[in-house]
Amino acid sequence: MAANRLVGRPVSGESLIPMSQLKTQLVILIGISLSVIVLYGFLYLEHEWEIGLLLVTLPVAILLLKRANMLIYFQTAARMMPRFTLVSFVLGVLALILLLRHEHFALLMLTTVLLYVTVSLGLTIQFGFAGLVNFAAIAFFGIGAYSMAVLNHNFHAVPDLVIILFSGLISALLGALLILPILRTRGHYAALITIAFGILLRTFLEVNDVFGGPQGLKVDGLEILGWDFANSFPSVLGGGSFYMAYAIAALLLAAAAYLLTRLIEASWFGLNMDSVRLDEVASASFGINAPRWKITAFMVGNFFAGLAGAVYAAMSGFIAPASFNFADSLLLVSIVLLGGIGNAVAVIPAALLIVVLPEKFQVIQEYRLLLFGIVVILILRFRPNGLIPRGLRQYFTGSSA
Amino acid sequence: MRPAVLKTEDLTVKFGGLKALNGLDFELCEGQFLGLIGPNGSGKTTFFNALTGIYRPASGNVFLHGKDITGVSPNKVYGYGITRTFQRLRLATSLSVLDNLIIGNQRNLNFGIWRNIFDRKYFKSQLKEQTEIAEDLLRRFSPDLAALLLKPISSLSMIDRRRVEVCRALISEPKILLLDEPSAGMTPDETRALMDELQGWRAQHPTLSTILIEHEMELINKVSDTCVVLNYGEKIAEGKYSDVSNNPSVRAAYLGED
Repeated sequence: MAANRLVGRPVSGESLIPMSQLKTQLVILIGISLSVIVLYGFLYLEHEWEIGLLLVTLPVAILLLKRANMLIYFQTAARMMPRFTLVSFVLGVLALILLLRHEHFALLMLTTVLLYVTVSLGLTIQFGFAGLVNFAAIAFFGIGAYSMAVLNHNFHAVPDLVIILFSGLISALLGALLILPILRTRGHYAALITIAFGILLRTFLEVNDVFGGPQGLKVDGLEILGWDFANSFPSVLGGGSFYMAYAIAALLLAAAAYLLTRLIEASWFGLNMDSVRLDEVASASFGINAPRWKITAFMVGNFFAGLAGAVYAAMSGFIAPASFNFADSLLLVSIVLLGGIGNAVAVIPAALLIVVLPEKFQVIQEYRLLLFGIVVILILRFRPNGLIPRGLRQYFTGSSA
Repeated sequence: MRPAVLKTEDLTVKFGGLKALNGLDFELCEGQFLGLIGPNGSGKTTFFNALTGIYRPASGNVFLHGKDITGVSPNKVYGYGITRTFQRLRLATSLSVLDNLIIGNQRNLNFGIWRNIFDRKYFKSQLKEQTEIAEDLLRRFSPDLAALLLKPISSLSMIDRRRVEVCRALISEPKILLLDEPSAGMTPDETRALMDELQGWRAQHPTLSTILIEHEMELINKVSDTCVVLNYGEKIAEGKYSDVSNNPSVRAAYLGED
């Protein structure tokens, strides 16, 4: 009885509205179109008052939708057909990239957002699922970036796609160095270990000439499946910015990371990670091997960070230890806190806000960390579960799943 | 006499200089319902923690079916078929009843990467199977509980939480069930209801051996076959409740000496 309810339809059935498949798809498409338009506004608008207006209208619009009982349609639809939602979102952003193909700066920002989303998804697995605090996200991002720089320069014969994968693996493997100390500590102490690791890594890179010292390293651009990323979009199709290829690569990476995060969450892996986070003693009494799940979460999360770092390095063409500051690790953690701890969807709007707003408002740029500090405090005080709190665990939803 | 399932010899647990358990010899037979009583701080919960691998005994041994399992990890103890509840509930409150029950059924889950992440068809069949097992268990244990299957623990009343915690311990079909003061925080009526359900379960599962830690003497009298009384980490009496309750040293431990 409940079994059918569970695999056939959404879990918290009473708050959702039944819709036909066609209507569901239509609602999803409308929702995605609206979000892509908002995204376009955020990236394209330049004047502070325009962005300010957007920032004010958006919450009001969402609130009105909620009041009019319309928001629930979008939520229901996205829950019913998660795959369809993801594919339409990816296509929507792809269309946006094409639309913005001559806007270097907008594309750079979009790519950064997508790479930060990827890292934040890693943090979601570590912190949101398994309860591991990681204040060294940018260090693992940096390891991926440096691996890319070194490997791509020395192994021309190896396809760049493989090199990106290897960069992620190296990041995960170096992260394994931290496993023992992290398993032996809890809470603040584990956090301190990751902070120390981040600082150590930066110092190591600065004093090590093999990695270019403080001057950093030049990084070769990507070439995937015969497409040299340095050349713009084929001119037959109207040409475009140098960043376009990277934006598409980052989009695909973020989508893959999102899918994997959701699959982990909706499996016994995610269940055991949640259990370990919530109560380690009770978990152990039911045969859950806490170290196993913490290690899994830590490795997968750092793998994501390494992949994102590799793409970032190739895009920037140049990396230096100064690009990987502790402050950026804090930024990544605040994305997870702002969005909603453990909610994979929530990191997308949160990353957008945290990455784009400072670029648009000069004031924020100057007092960036101060303002983010305030935002984090306000969030923890008034909305401790984030802008979009994580719901009950779900395994399967919708007829398509 | 039925065969002994669980046996401890000279079991001692030390916290610094304090002996929380002092040379305890203990025996539990198959199908037996044993009440473990004693004043606060007499070592009852410590005994459970020593059995389940949370504390490592300073000396002495624990035998399960004659096999020495002293000092093994909690994971292994679960694997041997010993499960427990906790005095202060340790459910994952933000997860649903179903999730908590599946956590309790670890032994029967498949943790292959392929079977979890990529072969979603297989995973779905696994989930369906687990859901049916969980729902069936709830219905057999306490019929009203099945309706709460998909609700988060945080929305449940105290007695339902207790029930779910007991069911989480039962779902993997253990040989030995350890109940750590399930009446804590409940009214006498609720406690009675829970005990009736437990008795009903025992009637269906005659080989399940149970140890119940309890303060309420009435309750022990009603449900247990035999009792063991602890005081300052030592066994001071053992036997039928009627005998034990008249034992002078037990009276002294509970009421103080003249």
